Amino acid sequence: MKILVCMKQVPQKDAPLKLNESGTWIREDVSYEVNEPDAFALEEALRQKEKHGGEVVVITSGPARAQQVLREALAKGADRAIHLEDDAFVGLDALNTARALAAAIKDEQFDLIFTGLQSDDYGFAQTGVILAELLGWPHATIIMHLEKNDSGIRVKRELEAGFFQFVNMPLPAVLTIQSGINKLRYATLIGIKQAKNKPMRKVALAEVQSALSPNLQKIERLYVPQKTKKTEILDGPPAEIAKKLVDKLRNELRVL
Amino acid sequence: MPSILVIVEQQQGKLNRVSWETIAAGQAIAADMGWSVEAAVVGNGIAGVAGEVAAKKLSKVYALDSPKLDRYNPDAFAAALKQLIAAKQPTLVLMPHTYQVRDFAPKLATQLGRCVISDCTGYKKDGEKLVFTRQMFQGKFSADVSFGSDGPWLATFQNGSFRGDKAEDGAAAAPVETFAVTIDAAAVRNQPEEWFKEAKQAVDLTQAEIIVSVGRGIKEQKNIELAQQLAAALGGEIAASRPICDNGWLPMDRQIGSSGQTVSPKLYLALGISGAIQHIVGMKGARAIIAINKDSEAPIFEIADIAVVGNLFDIVPPLIEEIKKVKS
Repeated sequence: MKILVCMKQVPQKDAPLKLNESGTWIREDVSYEVNEPDAFALEEALRQKEKHGGEVVVITSGPARAQQVLREALAKGADRAIHLEDDAFVGLDALNTARALAAAIKDEQFDLIFTGLQSDDYGFAQTGVILAELLGWPHATIIMHLEKNDSGIRVKRELEAGFFQFVNMPLPAVLTIQSGINKLRYATLIGIKQAKNKPMRKVALAEVQSALSPNLQKIERLYVPQKTKKTEILDGPPAEIAKKLVDKLRNELRVL
Repeated sequence: MPSILVIVEQQQGKLNRVSWETIAAGQAIAADMGWSVEAAVVGNGIAGVAGEVAAKKLSKVYALDSPKLDRYNPDAFAAALKQLIAAKQPTLVLMPHTYQVRDFAPKLATQLGRCVISDCTGYKKDGEKLVFTRQMFQGKFSADVSFGSDGPWLATFQNGSFRGDKAEDGAAAAPVETFAVTIDAAAVRNQPEEWFKEAKQAVDLTQAEIIVSVGRGIKEQKNIELAQQLAAALGGEIAASRPICDNGWLPMDRQIGSSGQTVSPKLYLALGISGAIQHIVGMKGARAIIAINKDSEAPIFEIADIAVVGNLFDIVPPLIEEIKKVKS
Protein backbone atom coordinates (compact mmCIF):
# COMPACT_ATOMS: atom_id res chain seq x y z
CA MET A 1 0.00 0.00 0.00
CA LYS A 2 1.18 3.46 -0.82
CA ILE A 3 0.23 5.79 2.02
CA LEU A 4 0.53 9.57 2.32
CA VAL A 5 0.57 11.05 5.81
CA CYS A 6 -0.32 14.74 6.17
CA MET A 7 1.51 16.24 9.12
CA LYS A 8 1.61 19.64 10.73
CA GLN A 9 4.00 21.48 12.97
CA VAL A 10 2.24 23.26 15.85
CA PRO A 11 3.41 25.16 18.95
CA GLN A 12 4.52 22.88 21.78
CA LYS A 13 1.71 22.02 24.18
CA ASP A 14 3.09 23.94 27.14
CA ALA A 15 4.77 26.72 25.14
CA PRO A 16 3.74 30.14 26.47
CA LEU A 17 2.02 31.82 23.52
CA LYS A 18 1.91 35.55 22.87
CA LEU A 19 -0.21 37.48 20.42
CA ASN A 20 1.39 39.32 17.50
CA GLU A 21 1.06 43.10 17.23
CA SER A 22 -2.02 43.05 15.05
CA GLY A 23 -3.72 40.53 17.36
CA THR A 24 -4.50 38.16 14.52
CA TRP A 25 -1.97 35.40 15.13
CA ILE A 26 0.61 34.28 17.68
CA ARG A 27 4.20 35.45 17.75
CA GLU A 28 6.18 32.83 15.92
CA ASP A 29 9.17 32.77 18.28
CA VAL A 30 8.01 29.70 20.19
CA SER A 31 9.06 26.05 20.26
CA TYR A 32 7.25 23.74 17.89
CA GLU A 33 6.46 20.06 17.75
CA VAL A 34 4.50 17.65 15.59
CA ASN A 35 0.72 17.86 15.96
CA GLU A 36 -0.05 14.92 18.24
CA PRO A 37 -2.70 13.02 16.23
CA ASP A 38 -0.44 13.33 13.15
CA ALA A 39 2.26 11.37 14.99
CA PHE A 40 -0.29 8.57 15.50
CA ALA A 41 -1.24 8.81 11.81
CA LEU A 42 2.40 8.34 10.83
CA GLU A 43 2.80 5.39 13.20
CA GLU A 44 -0.29 3.72 11.71
CA ALA A 45 1.07 4.21 8.19
CA LEU A 46 4.40 2.66 9.17
CA ARG A 47 2.61 -0.33 10.73
CA GLN A 48 0.47 -0.84 7.61
CA LYS A 49 3.58 -0.76 5.46
CA GLU A 50 5.26 -3.33 7.70
CA LYS A 51 2.23 -5.60 7.23
CA HIS A 52 1.46 -5.09 3.56
CA GLY A 53 4.59 -3.57 2.03
CA GLY A 54 4.51 -0.38 -0.01
CA GLU A 55 5.63 3.13 0.68
CA VAL A 56 5.03 5.81 3.29
CA VAL A 57 5.29 9.41 2.12
CA VAL A 58 4.95 12.37 4.50
CA ILE A 59 3.80 15.84 3.52
CA THR A 60 3.56 19.16 5.31
CA SER A 61 2.88 22.77 4.40
CA GLY A 62 4.56 25.53 6.32
CA PRO A 63 7.71 27.62 6.72
CA ALA A 64 11.28 26.24 6.68
CA ARG A 65 10.96 25.28 10.36
CA ALA A 66 8.22 22.77 9.51
CA GLN A 67 10.83 20.59 7.78
CA GLN A 68 11.75 19.28 11.24
CA VAL A 69 8.46 17.35 11.35
CA LEU A 70 9.32 15.64 8.06
CA ARG A 71 12.89 14.86 9.18
CA GLU A 72 11.57 13.17 12.30
CA ALA A 73 9.09 11.17 10.23
CA LEU A 74 11.83 10.05 7.86
CA ALA A 75 13.94 9.03 10.86
CA LYS A 76 11.05 6.90 12.14
CA GLY A 77 10.79 5.10 8.81
CA ALA A 78 8.90 7.17 6.23
CA ASP A 79 10.42 6.71 2.77
CA ARG A 80 10.27 10.22 1.41
CA ALA A 81 8.86 13.65 2.12
CA ILE A 82 7.13 16.54 0.39
CA HIS A 83 7.43 20.04 1.85
CA LEU A 84 5.19 22.84 0.64
CA GLU A 85 7.49 25.51 1.87
CA ASP A 86 6.31 29.07 2.39
CA ASP A 87 5.37 31.23 5.36
CA ALA A 88 2.04 31.91 3.64
CA PHE A 89 0.83 28.33 4.13
CA VAL A 90 0.37 29.03 7.85
CA GLY A 91 -2.47 31.45 7.11
CA LEU A 92 -4.49 29.25 4.77
CA ASP A 93 -7.92 28.06 5.83
CA ALA A 94 -8.76 24.35 5.71
CA LEU A 95 -10.13 24.51 2.16
CA ASN A 96 -7.03 26.20 0.76
CA THR A 97 -4.70 23.90 2.71
CA ALA A 98 -6.48 20.89 1.24
CA ARG A 99 -6.29 22.44 -2.24
CA ALA A 100 -2.55 23.03 -1.85
CA LEU A 101 -1.99 19.44 -0.69
CA ALA A 102 -4.10 18.07 -3.55
CA ALA A 103 -2.16 20.15 -6.08
CA ALA A 104 1.19 18.99 -4.68
CA ILE A 105 0.30 15.28 -5.08
CA LYS A 106 -1.52 15.44 -8.42
CA ASP A 107 1.08 13.20 -10.10
CA GLU A 108 1.15 10.65 -7.27
CA GLN A 109 -1.02 7.56 -6.83
CA PHE A 110 -1.76 6.77 -3.22
CA ASP A 111 -4.02 4.03 -1.85
CA LEU A 112 -4.57 5.83 1.43
CA ILE A 113 -4.10 9.30 2.85
CA PHE A 114 -3.94 9.76 6.63
CA THR A 115 -4.29 12.97 8.57
CA GLY A 116 -4.54 13.55 12.30
CA LEU A 117 -8.16 14.15 13.32
CA GLN A 118 -7.50 17.82 14.00
CA SER A 119 -4.68 20.26 14.63
CA ASP A 120 -3.76 21.71 17.98
CA ASP A 121 -3.52 25.24 16.57
CA TYR A 122 -6.58 25.98 14.39
CA GLY A 123 -8.51 22.89 15.46
CA PHE A 124 -10.68 22.96 12.32
CA ALA A 125 -10.89 19.14 12.04
CA GLN A 126 -11.67 19.64 8.35
CA THR A 127 -8.61 19.38 6.11
CA GLY A 128 -8.70 15.59 5.67
CA VAL A 129 -12.41 15.49 4.84
CA ILE A 130 -12.07 18.34 2.35
CA LEU A 131 -9.04 16.71 0.74
CA ALA A 132 -11.08 13.54 0.20
CA GLU A 133 -13.86 15.55 -1.45
CA LEU A 134 -11.40 17.39 -3.72
CA LEU A 135 -9.87 14.07 -4.80
CA GLY A 136 -13.29 12.45 -5.20
CA TRP A 137 -12.42 9.78 -2.63
CA PRO A 138 -14.45 8.40 0.29
CA HIS A 139 -13.33 9.24 3.80
CA ALA A 140 -13.87 8.20 7.39
CA THR A 141 -13.02 10.22 10.48
CA ILE A 142 -11.70 9.59 13.99
CA ILE A 143 -10.29 6.16 13.20
CA MET A 144 -9.12 3.83 15.96
CA HIS A 145 -8.30 0.72 13.92
CA LEU A 146 -7.99 -0.35 10.33
CA GLU A 147 -7.51 -3.56 8.43
CA LYS A 148 -7.16 -4.29 4.74
CA ASN A 149 -9.58 -6.74 3.15
CA ASP A 150 -10.36 -7.96 -0.35
CA SER A 151 -12.65 -5.10 -1.29
CA GLY A 152 -10.76 -2.27 0.42
CA ILE A 153 -10.53 -1.54 4.12
CA ARG A 154 -12.55 -2.00 7.27
CA VAL A 155 -12.08 0.82 9.77
CA LYS A 156 -13.23 1.39 13.31
CA ARG A 157 -14.67 4.85 13.89
CA GLU A 158 -14.84 6.33 17.34
CA LEU A 159 -18.25 7.82 18.11
CA GLU A 160 -19.40 9.79 21.12
CA ALA A 161 -20.10 8.48 24.61
CA GLY A 162 -18.02 5.32 24.31
CA PHE A 163 -19.60 4.00 21.10
CA PHE A 164 -17.72 2.69 18.07
CA GLN A 165 -18.67 1.59 14.58
CA PHE A 166 -16.99 -0.45 11.86
CA VAL A 167 -17.19 0.91 8.33
CA ASN A 168 -16.24 -0.93 5.15
CA MET A 169 -14.96 1.25 2.38
CA PRO A 170 -13.16 1.00 -0.96
CA LEU A 171 -9.70 2.35 -1.73
CA PRO A 172 -8.32 4.90 -2.34
CA ALA A 173 -9.60 6.69 0.75
CA VAL A 174 -8.76 9.40 3.26
CA LEU A 175 -8.79 8.58 6.98
CA THR A 176 -8.44 10.98 9.89
CA ILE A 177 -6.64 9.22 12.72
CA GLN A 178 -7.44 9.53 16.43
CA SER A 179 -4.70 9.79 19.07
CA GLY A 180 -4.17 6.52 20.89
CA ILE A 181 -4.83 4.23 17.89
CA ASN A 182 -1.39 2.69 18.43
CA LYS A 183 1.76 3.08 20.47
CA LEU A 184 4.29 5.50 19.03
CA ARG A 185 7.82 4.37 18.24
CA TYR A 186 10.96 6.35 18.77
CA ALA A 187 13.41 7.11 15.99
CA THR A 188 16.51 4.94 16.16
CA LEU A 189 20.03 6.29 15.77
CA ILE A 190 20.39 4.46 12.48
CA GLY A 191 17.01 5.81 11.38
CA ILE A 192 18.16 9.36 12.08
CA LYS A 193 21.30 8.75 10.01
CA GLN A 194 19.37 7.23 7.11
CA ALA A 195 16.88 10.08 7.12
CA LYS A 196 19.55 12.46 5.89
CA ASN A 197 19.73 10.63 2.56
CA LYS A 198 16.01 10.19 2.00
CA PRO A 199 14.35 12.29 -0.73
CA MET A 200 12.66 15.54 0.26
CA ARG A 201 10.73 17.26 -2.52
CA LYS A 202 10.20 20.99 -2.04
CA VAL A 203 7.08 22.58 -3.49
CA ALA A 204 7.01 26.37 -3.74
CA LEU A 205 3.86 28.42 -3.21
CA ALA A 206 3.98 29.45 -6.89
CA GLU A 207 3.58 25.82 -7.98
CA VAL A 208 0.22 25.43 -6.25
CA GLN A 209 -0.98 29.03 -6.29
CA SER A 210 -3.37 28.50 -9.19
CA ALA A 211 -5.32 25.98 -7.08
CA LEU A 212 -5.90 28.51 -4.30
CA SER A 213 -8.42 31.31 -3.86
CA PRO A 214 -8.89 33.93 -1.13
CA ASN A 215 -9.69 32.31 2.23
CA LEU A 216 -13.42 31.84 2.79
CA GLN A 217 -13.04 32.52 6.50
CA LYS A 218 -11.02 35.19 8.16
CA ILE A 219 -9.68 35.58 11.70
CA GLU A 220 -10.68 39.11 12.62
CA ARG A 221 -9.13 39.04 16.01
CA LEU A 222 -7.36 36.65 18.35
CA TYR A 223 -7.52 37.29 22.08
CA VAL A 224 -7.22 35.76 25.52
CA PRO A 225 -10.64 34.32 26.38
CA GLN A 226 -12.79 36.41 28.66
CA LYS A 227 -13.36 34.74 31.96
CA THR A 228 -16.95 33.81 32.54
CA LYS A 229 -16.29 32.51 36.00
CA LYS A 230 -14.86 34.14 39.10
CA THR A 231 -11.78 32.19 39.97
CA GLU A 232 -10.16 32.39 43.35
CA ILE A 233 -6.40 31.93 43.22
CA LEU A 234 -4.74 30.20 46.12
CA ASP A 235 -1.02 30.66 46.63
CA GLY A 236 1.67 30.34 49.24
CA PRO A 237 3.82 27.44 50.38
CA PRO A 238 2.36 23.98 49.63
CA ALA A 239 1.49 23.23 53.26
CA GLU A 240 -0.46 26.46 53.50
CA ILE A 241 -2.28 25.82 50.22
CA ALA A 242 -3.21 22.36 51.48
CA LYS A 243 -4.72 23.90 54.63
CA LYS A 244 -6.65 26.53 52.65
CA LEU A 245 -7.98 23.88 50.26
CA VAL A 246 -9.18 21.65 53.06
CA ASP A 247 -10.88 24.61 54.67
CA LYS A 248 -12.74 25.29 51.42
CA LEU A 249 -13.61 21.64 50.88
CA ARG A 250 -15.06 21.54 54.35
CA ASN A 251 -16.75 24.89 54.83
CA GLU A 252 -17.63 26.17 51.37
CA LEU A 253 -18.01 23.12 49.13
CA ARG A 254 -19.08 20.91 52.04
CA VAL A 255 -17.66 17.74 50.58
CA LEU A 256 -15.64 16.77 53.64
CA MET B 1 -35.98 37.61 4.63
CA PRO B 2 -32.66 35.81 5.12
CA SER B 3 -33.13 32.49 6.86
CA ILE B 4 -31.17 30.25 9.16
CA LEU B 5 -31.34 26.51 8.67
CA VAL B 6 -30.63 24.40 11.75
CA ILE B 7 -29.73 20.80 10.97
CA VAL B 8 -30.73 18.73 13.98
CA GLU B 9 -29.26 15.32 14.73
CA GLN B 10 -31.11 12.10 15.44
CA GLN B 11 -30.27 8.43 15.76
CA GLN B 12 -32.93 5.85 15.01
CA GLY B 13 -35.78 8.20 15.62
CA LYS B 14 -34.34 9.70 18.79
CA LEU B 15 -33.29 13.34 18.85
CA ASN B 16 -29.77 14.11 20.04
CA ARG B 17 -30.41 16.60 22.86
CA VAL B 18 -27.58 18.86 21.69
CA SER B 19 -29.92 19.78 18.81
CA TRP B 20 -31.96 21.96 21.20
CA GLU B 21 -28.82 24.03 21.83
CA THR B 22 -28.35 24.59 18.10
CA ILE B 23 -32.00 25.62 17.76
CA ALA B 24 -31.51 28.04 20.68
CA ALA B 25 -28.43 29.43 18.88
CA GLY B 26 -30.41 29.85 15.67
CA GLN B 27 -33.24 31.61 17.48
CA ALA B 28 -30.81 33.98 19.21
CA ILE B 29 -29.03 34.92 15.97
CA ALA B 30 -32.36 35.30 14.17
CA ALA B 31 -33.62 37.68 16.86
CA ASP B 32 -30.46 39.80 16.61
CA MET B 33 -30.37 39.90 12.83
CA GLY B 34 -34.11 39.99 12.09
CA TRP B 35 -33.92 36.67 10.24
CA SER B 36 -36.16 33.59 10.28
CA VAL B 37 -35.24 30.09 11.49
CA GLU B 38 -36.04 26.76 9.91
CA ALA B 39 -34.88 23.27 10.89
CA ALA B 40 -34.11 20.09 8.99
CA VAL B 41 -34.21 16.48 10.18
CA VAL B 42 -32.33 13.84 8.17
CA GLY B 43 -32.91 10.09 8.43
CA ASN B 44 -35.37 7.28 7.91
CA GLY B 45 -38.71 7.19 9.72
CA ILE B 46 -38.23 10.57 11.32
CA ALA B 47 -41.79 11.90 11.42
CA GLY B 48 -41.75 11.69 15.23
CA VAL B 49 -38.53 13.69 15.56
CA ALA B 50 -39.74 16.26 13.01
CA GLY B 51 -42.91 16.68 15.03
CA GLU B 52 -40.95 17.10 18.25
CA VAL B 53 -38.74 19.76 16.68
CA ALA B 54 -41.77 21.52 15.16
CA ALA B 55 -42.99 22.42 18.66
CA LYS B 56 -40.20 25.01 18.81
CA LYS B 57 -40.51 28.52 17.46
CA LEU B 58 -39.48 27.83 13.85
CA SER B 59 -40.98 28.95 10.57
CA LYS B 60 -40.71 25.47 9.06
CA VAL B 61 -39.28 21.99 9.61
CA TYR B 62 -37.99 20.01 6.63
CA ALA B 63 -38.09 16.23 6.89
CA LEU B 64 -35.52 14.53 4.66
CA ASP B 65 -36.95 11.06 5.09
CA SER B 66 -35.52 8.20 3.04
CA PRO B 67 -34.51 4.56 3.59
CA LYS B 68 -31.19 5.55 2.02
CA LEU B 69 -30.59 7.86 4.98
CA ASP B 70 -31.30 5.15 7.53
CA ARG B 71 -27.78 4.69 8.84
CA TYR B 72 -25.51 7.71 8.75
CA ASN B 73 -23.25 7.79 5.72
CA PRO B 74 -21.28 10.88 4.63
CA ASP B 75 -21.99 10.50 0.90
CA ALA B 76 -25.76 10.15 1.37
CA PHE B 77 -26.08 12.86 4.04
CA ALA B 78 -24.03 15.39 2.10
CA ALA B 79 -26.00 14.66 -1.09
CA ALA B 80 -29.36 15.08 0.69
CA LEU B 81 -28.42 18.29 2.47
CA LYS B 82 -26.84 19.78 -0.63
CA GLN B 83 -30.18 19.39 -2.41
CA LEU B 84 -32.05 21.03 0.44
CA ILE B 85 -29.63 23.95 0.73
CA ALA B 86 -29.58 24.48 -3.04
CA ALA B 87 -33.39 24.58 -3.09
CA LYS B 88 -33.99 26.73 0.00
CA GLN B 89 -30.94 29.03 -0.13
CA PRO B 90 -30.54 29.69 3.60
CA THR B 91 -28.06 32.43 4.49
CA LEU B 92 -26.72 30.52 7.46
CA VAL B 93 -26.66 26.78 8.19
CA LEU B 94 -26.09 25.81 11.84
CA MET B 95 -25.18 22.38 13.15
CA PRO B 96 -24.06 20.93 16.48
CA HIS B 97 -20.34 20.08 16.51
CA THR B 98 -20.90 16.36 16.95
CA TYR B 99 -18.66 13.60 15.63
CA GLN B 100 -21.25 12.97 12.91
CA VAL B 101 -21.35 16.59 11.80
CA ARG B 102 -17.54 16.73 11.81
CA ASP B 103 -17.66 13.79 9.41
CA PHE B 104 -19.91 15.35 6.75
CA ALA B 105 -20.01 19.13 7.19
CA PRO B 106 -16.62 19.92 5.57
CA LYS B 107 -17.60 17.70 2.62
CA LEU B 108 -20.98 19.39 2.28
CA ALA B 109 -19.42 22.85 2.43
CA THR B 110 -16.84 21.93 -0.21
CA GLN B 111 -19.59 20.65 -2.50
CA LEU B 112 -21.36 23.98 -2.06
CA GLY B 113 -18.13 25.90 -2.73
CA ARG B 114 -18.29 27.29 0.80
CA CYS B 115 -16.63 26.71 4.16
CA VAL B 116 -17.58 25.75 7.70
CA ILE B 117 -16.52 27.77 10.72
CA SER B 118 -16.27 24.80 13.03
CA ASP B 119 -16.54 24.30 16.78
CA CYS B 120 -17.88 27.79 17.59
CA THR B 121 -18.74 28.76 21.15
CA GLY B 122 -20.73 31.88 20.36
CA TYR B 123 -21.40 34.70 17.94
CA LYS B 124 -21.35 38.50 17.91
CA LYS B 125 -23.15 41.06 15.87
CA ASP B 126 -20.49 43.54 14.90
CA GLY B 127 -22.42 46.36 13.21
CA GLU B 128 -24.26 44.54 10.45
CA LYS B 129 -21.61 41.85 10.36
CA LEU B 130 -21.99 38.48 12.00
CA VAL B 131 -18.80 37.06 13.54
CA PHE B 132 -18.37 33.69 15.19
CA THR B 133 -16.25 32.99 18.21
CA ARG B 134 -14.20 29.84 18.41
CA GLN B 135 -11.33 28.58 20.49
CA MET B 136 -7.87 28.13 19.05
CA PHE B 137 -4.56 26.77 20.27
CA GLN B 138 -6.36 24.25 22.48
CA GLY B 139 -8.41 26.95 24.17
CA LYS B 140 -5.51 29.28 24.99
CA PHE B 141 -7.02 31.92 22.69
CA SER B 142 -10.42 32.82 21.35
CA ALA B 143 -10.85 34.02 17.81
CA ASP B 144 -13.53 36.12 16.16
CA VAL B 145 -13.97 34.65 12.71
CA SER B 146 -15.98 36.04 9.80
CA PHE B 147 -17.10 34.60 6.50
CA GLY B 148 -15.28 35.85 3.43
CA SER B 149 -17.92 35.00 0.84
CA ASP B 150 -21.65 35.27 0.36
CA GLY B 151 -23.92 32.58 1.83
CA PRO B 152 -24.76 29.91 2.49
CA TRP B 153 -22.49 30.15 5.51
CA LEU B 154 -22.01 27.02 7.57
CA ALA B 155 -21.11 26.97 11.25
CA THR B 156 -21.04 24.33 13.98
CA PHE B 157 -21.51 25.01 17.69
CA GLN B 158 -19.65 23.21 20.45
CA ASN B 159 -21.68 21.20 22.92
CA GLY B 160 -22.73 23.45 25.82
CA SER B 161 -22.32 26.78 24.00
CA PHE B 162 -26.03 27.54 24.25
CA ARG B 163 -28.67 26.34 26.68
CA GLY B 164 -30.97 23.79 25.13
CA ASP B 165 -33.70 24.60 27.64
CA LYS B 166 -33.71 28.17 26.27
CA ALA B 167 -34.94 26.98 22.87
CA GLU B 168 -38.28 28.79 22.59
CA ASP B 169 -41.52 26.98 21.93
CA GLY B 170 -43.71 28.26 19.12
CA ALA B 171 -47.24 29.59 19.61
CA ALA B 172 -48.38 26.80 17.30
CA ALA B 173 -46.55 23.85 15.80
CA ALA B 174 -44.34 24.78 12.84
CA PRO B 175 -45.37 23.25 9.51
CA VAL B 176 -43.45 20.10 8.63
CA GLU B 177 -42.58 19.83 4.93
CA THR B 178 -41.35 16.56 3.48
CA PHE B 179 -38.43 17.34 1.22
CA ALA B 180 -37.81 14.59 -1.32
CA VAL B 181 -34.17 13.81 -1.98
CA THR B 182 -32.54 11.78 -4.73
CA ILE B 183 -29.65 9.62 -3.63
CA ASP B 184 -27.77 7.60 -6.21
CA ALA B 185 -26.98 4.30 -4.48
CA ALA B 186 -23.84 3.88 -6.57
CA ALA B 187 -22.47 7.17 -5.21
CA VAL B 188 -22.69 5.91 -1.62
CA ARG B 189 -19.34 4.28 -0.97
CA ASN B 190 -19.02 3.62 2.75
CA GLN B 191 -20.85 0.64 4.23
CA PRO B 192 -21.31 1.36 7.93
CA GLU B 193 -22.08 -1.39 10.47
CA GLU B 194 -24.02 -1.19 13.76
CA TRP B 195 -22.86 0.97 16.68
CA PHE B 196 -21.38 -0.91 19.58
CA LYS B 197 -19.70 -0.40 22.92
CA GLU B 198 -16.29 -1.90 23.52
CA ALA B 199 -16.96 -3.48 26.87
CA LYS B 200 -19.36 -2.89 29.67
CA GLN B 201 -18.33 0.24 31.47
CA ALA B 202 -17.10 -0.89 34.84
CA VAL B 203 -17.46 2.51 36.42
CA ASP B 204 -20.22 5.01 35.96
CA LEU B 205 -18.47 8.28 36.70
CA THR B 206 -21.67 10.22 36.03
CA GLN B 207 -22.89 9.15 39.46
CA ALA B 208 -19.72 10.16 41.35
CA GLU B 209 -20.00 13.14 43.69
CA ILE B 210 -16.26 13.72 43.88
CA ILE B 211 -13.86 13.15 41.02
CA VAL B 212 -10.09 13.50 41.12
CA SER B 213 -8.90 13.69 37.54
CA VAL B 214 -5.35 13.50 36.22
CA GLY B 215 -3.78 14.88 33.06
CA ARG B 216 -0.38 14.97 31.41
CA GLY B 217 1.05 16.86 34.37
CA ILE B 218 1.14 13.58 36.30
CA LYS B 219 4.18 12.79 34.13
CA GLU B 220 4.62 9.06 34.79
CA GLN B 221 2.43 6.04 35.33
CA LYS B 222 3.80 5.44 38.82
CA ASN B 223 2.54 8.88 39.89
CA ILE B 224 -1.08 7.86 39.28
CA GLU B 225 -0.85 6.26 42.72
CA LEU B 226 -0.60 9.72 44.29
CA ALA B 227 -3.85 10.84 42.65
CA GLN B 228 -5.51 7.59 43.71
CA GLN B 229 -4.50 8.28 47.31
CA LEU B 230 -6.08 11.72 47.07
CA ALA B 231 -9.27 10.27 45.58
CA ALA B 232 -9.40 7.66 48.34
CA ALA B 233 -8.89 10.30 51.04
CA LEU B 234 -11.76 12.35 49.57
CA GLY B 235 -13.95 9.29 49.05
CA GLY B 236 -14.10 10.04 45.32
CA GLU B 237 -13.44 8.36 41.99
CA ILE B 238 -10.30 8.65 39.92
CA ALA B 239 -10.62 9.81 36.31
CA ALA B 240 -8.35 11.16 33.60
CA SER B 241 -7.99 13.16 30.43
CA ARG B 242 -7.57 11.33 27.17
CA PRO B 243 -3.72 11.12 26.92
CA ILE B 244 -3.56 9.25 30.24
CA CYS B 245 -5.98 6.59 28.99
CA ASP B 246 -4.28 6.49 25.58
CA ASN B 247 -1.06 5.60 27.43
CA GLY B 248 -2.88 2.84 29.27
CA TRP B 249 -2.11 4.40 32.66
CA LEU B 250 -5.81 4.24 33.51
CA PRO B 251 -8.51 2.23 31.73
CA MET B 252 -10.52 3.92 28.97
CA ASP B 253 -13.69 3.88 31.08
CA ARG B 254 -12.05 6.43 33.39
CA GLN B 255 -11.82 8.99 30.61
CA ILE B 256 -13.66 12.31 30.86
CA GLY B 257 -14.34 14.35 27.75
CA SER B 258 -15.96 14.30 24.33
CA SER B 259 -14.82 10.75 23.64
CA GLY B 260 -15.35 9.60 27.23
CA GLN B 261 -17.88 10.31 29.94
CA THR B 262 -19.63 13.60 30.69
CA VAL B 263 -19.83 14.30 34.41
CA SER B 264 -21.24 16.90 36.77
CA PRO B 265 -20.01 16.02 40.26
CA LYS B 266 -20.10 18.26 43.34
CA LEU B 267 -16.32 18.53 43.14
CA TYR B 268 -13.99 18.06 40.20
CA LEU B 269 -10.36 18.24 41.22
CA ALA B 270 -8.13 18.51 38.15
CA LEU B 271 -4.49 17.57 38.65
CA GLY B 272 -2.09 18.59 35.88
CA ILE B 273 -4.89 18.93 33.33
CA SER B 274 -4.33 21.76 30.85
CA GLY B 275 -7.98 21.87 29.84
CA ALA B 276 -8.17 21.14 26.13
CA ILE B 277 -11.67 21.74 24.73
CA GLN B 278 -12.26 18.03 24.33
CA HIS B 279 -11.76 17.53 28.05
CA ILE B 280 -13.66 20.59 29.21
CA VAL B 281 -16.87 19.63 27.43
CA GLY B 282 -16.95 16.55 29.65
CA MET B 283 -16.65 18.27 33.03
CA LYS B 284 -17.62 21.93 32.85
CA GLY B 285 -20.96 21.08 34.42
CA ALA B 286 -19.26 20.27 37.74
CA ARG B 287 -20.61 22.31 40.64
CA ALA B 288 -17.09 23.20 41.81
CA ILE B 289 -13.83 22.88 39.95
CA ILE B 290 -10.46 22.99 41.66
CA ALA B 291 -7.49 22.98 39.32
CA ILE B 292 -3.86 22.44 40.23
CA ASN B 293 -1.47 23.15 37.36
CA LYS B 294 2.01 24.60 37.11
CA ASP B 295 1.19 26.54 33.94
CA SER B 296 -0.58 29.74 35.00
CA GLU B 297 -1.99 30.11 31.47
CA ALA B 298 -3.54 26.65 31.31
CA PRO B 299 -7.12 26.98 29.93
CA ILE B 300 -8.45 24.87 32.81
CA PHE B 301 -8.07 27.95 35.03
CA GLU B 302 -10.64 29.77 32.87
CA ILE B 303 -13.37 27.54 34.21
CA ALA B 304 -11.95 26.75 37.65
CA ASP B 305 -13.56 28.07 40.83
CA ILE B 306 -10.34 27.63 42.73
CA ALA B 307 -6.99 27.83 40.97
CA VAL B 308 -3.74 26.62 42.42
CA VAL B 309 -0.75 27.55 40.27
CA GLY B 310 1.94 25.19 41.39
CA ASN B 311 3.56 21.80 41.22
CA LEU B 312 1.02 19.11 42.02
CA PHE B 313 3.77 16.92 43.46
CA ASP B 314 4.43 19.57 46.13
CA ILE B 315 0.79 20.24 46.92
CA VAL B 316 -0.99 16.88 46.78
CA PRO B 317 0.98 15.06 49.55
CA PRO B 318 0.30 17.71 52.25
CA LEU B 319 -3.28 17.98 50.95
CA ILE B 320 -3.81 14.24 51.53
CA GLU B 321 -2.39 14.60 55.05
CA GLU B 322 -4.66 17.56 55.84
CA ILE B 323 -7.74 15.72 54.58
CA LYS B 324 -6.88 12.67 56.68
CA LYS B 325 -6.41 14.89 59.73
CA VAL B 326 -9.80 16.52 59.29
CA LYS B 327 -11.53 13.21 58.65
CA SER B 328 -10.09 11.42 61.66
